[in-house]
Amino acid sequence: MVRPLGFLVGLGFITALVLAIFTTPLSNEANVAHEFHKHPRHLKLASDGIVLPHWDKAQLQRGMQVYKEVCSACHSLNLVAFRDIADLGYTEGQIKTFAKGFQVPSVNPDTGEPATRDGLPSDYFPSPYANEVAARAANNNALPPDLSLITKAREGGKDYIYSLLTGFQNPPKNLPAELKPGTGLHYNPYFANLNLAMAPPLAPNQVTYADGTKATVDQMSKDVTAFLVWTAEPKLIKRIQVGYAVFFFLLIFTVLTYLSYRNIWADKKH
Amino acid sequence: MSFPWAKPYEPTHPLMKWMDEKLPIPRLVYNATGPGYPVPRNLNYFWNFGVLAGAALMIQIITGIVLAMHYAANASVAFNSVEHIMRDVNAGWFIRYAHMNGASMFFIVVYLHIFRGLYYGSYKAPREMVWLLGVVIFLLMMATAFMGYVLPWGQMSFWGAQVITGFFSAIPIVGEPVREWLLGGFVPDNATLNRFFSLHYLLPFVILGVIILHIWALHIPGSSNPTGIEVKDEQDTVPFHPYYTAKDGFGVGVFLLIFVALTFFSPNTLGHADNYIPANSLSTPAHIVPEWYFLPFYAILKAFTFNFLWIDAKLWGVIAMFASIALLFFLPWLDSSPIKSSNYRPLYRIFFWILVADVLLLGFCGMQPAEQPYVILSQLGAIYYFAHFLVILPIVSRIERPLPMPNSITEAVLAKHATDTASASATA
Repeated sequence: MVRPLGFLVGLGFITALVLAIFTTPLSNEANVAHEFHKHPRHLKLASDGIVLPHWDKAQLQRGMQVYKEVCSACHSLNLVAFRDIADLGYTEGQIKTFAKGFQVPSVNPDTGEPATRDGLPSDYFPSPYANEVAARAANNNALPPDLSLITKAREGGKDYIYSLLTGFQNPPKNLPAELKPGTGLHYNPYFANLNLAMAPPLAPNQVTYADGTKATVDQMSKDVTAFLVWTAEPKLIKRIQVGYAVFFFLLIFTVLTYLSYRNIWADKKH
Repeated sequence: MSFPWAKPYEPTHPLMKWMDEKLPIPRLVYNATGPGYPVPRNLNYFWNFGVLAGAALMIQIITGIVLAMHYAANASVAFNSVEHIMRDVNAGWFIRYAHMNGASMFFIVVYLHIFRGLYYGSYKAPREMVWLLGVVIFLLMMATAFMGYVLPWGQMSFWGAQVITGFFSAIPIVGEPVREWLLGGFVPDNATLNRFFSLHYLLPFVILGVIILHIWALHIPGSSNPTGIEVKDEQDTVPFHPYYTAKDGFGVGVFLLIFVALTFFSPNTLGHADNYIPANSLSTPAHIVPEWYFLPFYAILKAFTFNFLWIDAKLWGVIAMFASIALLFFLPWLDSSPIKSSNYRPLYRIFFWILVADVLLLGFCGMQPAEQPYVILSQLGAIYYFAHFLVILPIVSRIERPLPMPNSITEAVLAKHATDTASASATA
């Protein structure tokens, strides 16, 4: 009974699928934006890969400087606390001073009115806007995303962020009119729909690096991307290091279990 | 039940004797996974995956209980509470990544376990009940994994919940009210997140219960084996302990090595970038894709694009997707061949490998956007999937002429050793 019924049900599904094949057009709708869209360029960082990765602290410090002086005008970093930047090689005193440079929302202890106070190491990087409405109002109705997880939250990861930062350019001459950037939009072939609300954020020598590194757009993009790889996963290097220890411990365990398996089965044909 | 030559449990220590009279748990363990359980001597490494699935479930339960101590199931803070675990909880990043990749490892070993069963005919008499309970476990796992993926409350969590609960709205008349009842609202929101968390915590223990039934049902006829010939006498078997505890120990070691490599060195490879963006009901991701282990079924769902017999294409897709799993319940009766192992089924073996390739193809198509050639590939893939189980298998099991089989497990083992020795001396 199961087999004839199953056969009929099977024929039903197969017929529906065969009809679906013959009614689905075989060509795709042309997507012109695809032709102009570019794949991200590879960015090599000290924290890459699993062979002895490490944080390039000088680069992360430069990256944080770029974030503070440029990106933080519009983008928040609300998962990162000031205390976390100890990872970047700052001392407790430096962190306190750095935190003091930010005003964080607070309450006036006398009146209960909203107020601000100096940042403490336990505070998180404050958002530049009071709320989403304010952020959109200031940015042509576009919402600047929080950057804490940005290198994990986009396809292409750090390569994509680096390419996007260095990818602003004039639209190609053969770009169809409907893909041309409208008012307040900027052409960038690494962005999914080619036109980005963010204006090119970096210009040569926009920041002055304390260590004397030349602040080209490419250099600043690399540095801030490296910093954002750290903000997305501060435990990344630790993860790889612990991984090695666990892996080698288990490797020894597995060899021992293999030997005991062989030993126990030695007299048994199987 | 066990074989008459099974070693009886005879406690010698007074404490163990006392225990055996009051609560004979040591006796149960001895007879179930100890020297008192005779197992065919010729099991290959594919018989490791049951134990590995059990290990994966235990890892999920343990890491999950720890995560629940730090996670907050509230739509306004759930996303940040996961990041709090990743950043501030001691070794929280490890527990979270282990749980996230542990789900993938669980599905990898379960899929291998299922395909082992398909190849070696483990679903056939006298083990139909073992198979049926296995399909129940698989369904429970899918429900648990889906609800677990919603908990971080990222974009894929939210939109995955939206799409999957949306299947119910394809059902005429009652569909939409059922969907709202499941979600506790019109769209996934706090009520949804809370009930999914509650059920995600409950279901693993239900799975554990069904696994106990699965093993109980297995222990009635005993394990199958690569020849598919039932055990005939004592020399066909070895005691489970120490023979298979040792072999499973090695299997667990290899499993953990792969698990650790994935968790520590590449934890986000099997995930999706969009789930690191907080859930936003106003912004739909460009491609909504489920976790990899659902992709073949997702491809079947999307393959139906034609309204046929007054049934809407979407409903066809939903019915077909559920049917693609439900038909596994009927497998023991769809395949009427008395031969279990594909080693002796020359025709079925070919179709088995086509099915493996087909499921991989469907998985690949499930990941792709709804564009050609992926649409037609998933349609062809879905045709083969249903044809395999509902048309080809019943016919093949009727017309196939099996290869000559050995008389017993021991004969097969000795014959294999004879050829191994012969070929070894020939090459020497």
